[in-house]
Amino acid sequence: MTDADTPLIECRNVWKVFGERAREAIASIRERHLGKREVLTEFGCVVGVHDASFALKKGEIFCIMGLSGSGKSTLLRLLNRLIEPSLGEVLVKGRAINGLSKTELRDLRARTIGMVFQNVALIPTRTVLENAAFGLEVQGIPAAERRRIATDALSRVGLGDWLDRYPRELSGGMQQRVGLARAIAADPEIILMDEPFSALDPLIRRQLQDEFRALTKSLGKSAVFITHDLDEAIRIGDRIAIMKDGAMIQVGTAEEIVMNPADQYVADFVAGISRIHLVKAGSVMMPPADFTDAPTAALEQTGLDADIDALIHLVLASPHGAVAVSEDGDLRGVVTARTLLEGLKGDHAPVAGAA
Amino acid sequence: MSSSPLLSPGDAVAPAIAWLNAHAHGLFQAISFGIETVLGAIEACLLALPATAMAALIIALVFWRQGSRMATLSALCMAVAGLSGLWTETMETVALVTLAVTISVAIAFPLGVLAARRPLLEAALRPTLDLMQTVPPWVYLIPAVMIFSLGKVPALLATVIYGIPPMLRLTILAFRQVPSELVELGAASGATTFQTLTKIEIPAARKTLLLGLNQCILLSLAMVVLAGLVGAGGLGAEVTRGLTRMEMGLGLRSGLSIVAVAIFLDRVTRRALG
Repeated sequence: MTDADTPLIECRNVWKVFGERAREAIASIRERHLGKREVLTEFGCVVGVHDASFALKKGEIFCIMGLSGSGKSTLLRLLNRLIEPSLGEVLVKGRAINGLSKTELRDLRARTIGMVFQNVALIPTRTVLENAAFGLEVQGIPAAERRRIATDALSRVGLGDWLDRYPRELSGGMQQRVGLARAIAADPEIILMDEPFSALDPLIRRQLQDEFRALTKSLGKSAVFITHDLDEAIRIGDRIAIMKDGAMIQVGTAEEIVMNPADQYVADFVAGISRIHLVKAGSVMMPPADFTDAPTAALEQTGLDADIDALIHLVLASPHGAVAVSEDGDLRGVVTARTLLEGLKGDHAPVAGAA
Repeated sequence: MSSSPLLSPGDAVAPAIAWLNAHAHGLFQAISFGIETVLGAIEACLLALPATAMAALIIALVFWRQGSRMATLSALCMAVAGLSGLWTETMETVALVTLAVTISVAIAFPLGVLAARRPLLEAALRPTLDLMQTVPPWVYLIPAVMIFSLGKVPALLATVIYGIPPMLRLTILAFRQVPSELVELGAASGATTFQTLTKIEIPAARKTLLLGLNQCILLSLAMVVLAGLVGAGGLGAEVTRGLTRMEMGLGLRSGLSIVAVAIFLDRVTRRALG
């Protein structure tokens, strides 16, 4: 049933409207395009998630970015059925989770989907080791075995020397590492991250972001990562979804979103983002035919995924002030100082076939 | 004599009690017998050793668990009760409090767990608890005595009624205060409701729960003393005797012993809060 192409998680037109008249409210949002506020005054319902669809691929880190109240935490909780959807379905490894029995659902949460919380949620009366072993304990794994697995998970996050301490003795960053160790100890394929780093100070946050990404990739896990910080989403995510008022208004890679914002709301968000490592040659090159200063064969070659930072170095070093972009030996375009400046400014229309 | 009042629920309650007395006499006798047996057993345990040996045992236990300061305090409390010549009465009172608190907790704790999850149940309980705490205890001693006649059983019943509200209120509060993410953690880890309760919620709610227990113990002690009026025995009976005979000496000695028990129970349970 689950081959390599089946997404790990698939959300199909999922709605969550809080309130007694949810169904009526959804129908009228569809027919009359009511806004969040009208739904509240007319039906007394709060729109949490508005018709969201997406798929989490194997090995992918999928970031959901939105401001508070955008419905991102609600959407996350629909993925392991901590919240029941009002409409639509969620499939995990090709299987609809709405229909699971209590036991099947517990099993899914225990083995397939781990979760890390914003406020860490460590049990204050347990040691670091006992906290990390919680999921295993619930599954009924023998004490010696879970001690071994949890110790291993804690060493992976750099807390191998803190096993017998209590959560209150740890800094915020260390506590969140315990939360992460607890999630990976149960060896789930998917980890749900609910704004795990937003309460940390900036330096620690960056460090944990990099460690999280490296750890997830090295263990071959997939993750849905919630954040209100676009920089964080870009740093961590393979793909990013932007949410507003419960709806996903754009889904794509960081480069796609930055180069091609779907609307003004997204454009305002990405305005302050540095493009220097984000935008690649494929998005800032001109067609080879437009370049007439020198024969293209005389130019230095680079690949489609060279970023602006690398391109600047190459262009500056070139006697012709340009660099050729090729893929598998085929010339695809030319980058000059001018196309670089346009790319940095942000209104450059990307060449068709960009990465 | 006052004229007959317009509002008089007692007119309805008294016949009901009389009916119960006539028709469920066997049941009440069985309850009485059960309570008296258990109470007797607890008293027998507490009085199994001579006063000095028992006091030494308790002091040693406190020293082992809570260190020398608490052990010194306990020794002082024991000395007051022992030297007042009221050791047996003190143990009777402690036995009554122990059983009353056990029953109160057995009722209040599960009810509190449920009420913390079901706002409707809590809404229904709240006025009942207010009533239980504000109606003067003597008032519900009346039907208790009508059914069980004078003695330790009605005293215990009244004490249980008085001890439930603090335990129940603080149990509800304790579970409400558990961070919602911790409860979510249980569900998201695949724990059953029972596992979430025992492994997460109770440990996280521990401090407030123990505070509830502490309040339950102290209020029960106060009530057990009052219930000396209906023949509860123990220190309450001595206070009542001192009052009715205007014996200053007896009143003071039993009063001081009650204070000693209260301080001992309060400090030792409070210390256990951590």
